[in-house]
Amino acid sequence: MKLDDKLYLIRYNTDKESHLTITEDDVCRKECKHKPCTFICPARVYTWDEEENRIKVYYEGCVECGACRIGCPYSNIKWGYPRGGYGVAYKNG
Amino acid sequence: MRAVEEFDVIVVGAGPAGLAAAMTAVRNGMKTIVIERGEFPGAKNVMGGVLYTQPTSRLIPEFYQEAPLERPVVEQRYAFLEGDNAFTAGYRAPAWADPPYNAHTVLRAKFDRWLAKKAEAEGVLIITETVVEDLLYKGDAVVGVRTGRAEGDVRGKVVILAEGVNALIAKKAGLHTQLGPEHVAVAVKEIISLPREKIEDRFCLEEGQGATLELLGGATAGMIGTAFIYTNQDSLSVGIGCLLSEMVKRQANPNDLLERLKAHPFVRKLIQGGETKEYMGHLIPEGGYKAIPKMYRQGVMVVGDAGMLVNGIHREGSNLAMVSGMAAGEVAAGAINSHDLSEQSMKLYQDRLKETFVLKDLYKYRNSAHLFEENPQFFTTYPEILSGAAREFFTVDSMPKADKQKKIWKMVTGKRAKGDLIRDMWKLWRTMG
Repeated sequence: MKLDDKLYLIRYNTDKESHLTITEDDVCRKECKHKPCTFICPARVYTWDEEENRIKVYYEGCVECGACRIGCPYSNIKWGYPRGGYGVAYKNG
Repeated sequence: MRAVEEFDVIVVGAGPAGLAAAMTAVRNGMKTIVIERGEFPGAKNVMGGVLYTQPTSRLIPEFYQEAPLERPVVEQRYAFLEGDNAFTAGYRAPAWADPPYNAHTVLRAKFDRWLAKKAEAEGVLIITETVVEDLLYKGDAVVGVRTGRAEGDVRGKVVILAEGVNALIAKKAGLHTQLGPEHVAVAVKEIISLPREKIEDRFCLEEGQGATLELLGGATAGMIGTAFIYTNQDSLSVGIGCLLSEMVKRQANPNDLLERLKAHPFVRKLIQGGETKEYMGHLIPEGGYKAIPKMYRQGVMVVGDAGMLVNGIHREGSNLAMVSGMAAGEVAAGAINSHDLSEQSMKLYQDRLKETFVLKDLYKYRNSAHLFEENPQFFTTYPEILSGAAREFFTVDSMPKADKQKKIWKMVTGKRAKGDLIRDMWKLWRTMG
């Protein structure tokens, strides 16, 4: 089963603004070789955009686990919770 | 929000730890508020999930009469996977299907919502859809919390942080340092629906009974972690969790690991024909005793996952959460009644926990996190040895048994030298025994 299909099953109250931000794009470009955020995230929120030469953040799919916050070797992700009531809302949990 | 109203106790987070703290505080006459960021209590909450009966009964006697539980667990099984093979062991006790039970499978979005209703019925005020952003200070003293709402300051005497594994407020307050990838496991889980009879047939269960299956070794591709299948009423919880440091090192994706697990012959047949209903991800605090933050300061206590109170070896978390929450609720009430909100007064919370299984167990296994990080063979070589030995032992091929035993021993020592075997067993004994 594809990840996108799984994320489609989750109920989100999506906020208009992102609760996740890359602090310094240059750190991803120049210093971060393996870019763990692009594979450790259960929802694959982060992808490396070759054309734009930066990490793209699809915060809409975030399951708010915090793996990227701790897994980023440069602490380069400004991580917070979505605003109250927004974000993931599990049916089962 | 109530800018002028003052509470005795403010609890951040409506999970088992926070709700246990709030209920205990209210029972001791404290005016108590719980602030939860989710749409409802439980909306953000995830565990495997096995809920243990005895510790939960300490909070709500005979909760199982009315709580939304999935199935009472009558069997715990373990499978060490190697290639397509599996070495299994387990224990079944049919008496666990009846009160006083041992454990139930639960779905936290449902259970926590119910628990919050119970708390409200006892007089706890629960505010949802509200993120706590920081503590409020007057000088050095904590006097409440700041929320993300307009005019969202809430004043209170004692703040109990039950905010979960990421513990952002505890970190801001200087109680928590930044967690490292070696301190948390990334876990993902699917709810896979199946007809009740199919679940009961596949796990050899009487009607309504449940089982748990932990999968080790090859299940996690040799990474430090476990996979699991738990039976719910009409679904299975199928998940896997590995240490974040391992995932970073191996460039592994949690969902890929879950898909790999689901395709394993031992797992495939159990979930066959099921339909995935939900997918979720969560961090599990696995740092153990040595990674426990400072659990208190003037006017503040840290409970549950926020305090790293998880016993990964024994798959226990929600019980530690509730027991820590109850202890904090009691200490808060005592401190408020005696008008002493000092750090020394809050320290009683930690002293209490030291007398319970919560800190005793975590202390007992204080070296286990380190042991497994330094000795990956326990998750790679040993499952292989176990499987290889069993395969040889059970293969009937006209070889005399004495020769067979020699062959097995040769295989074992070929995978791990004798001296290393002895050292490994000694290390394991010293850490676990």
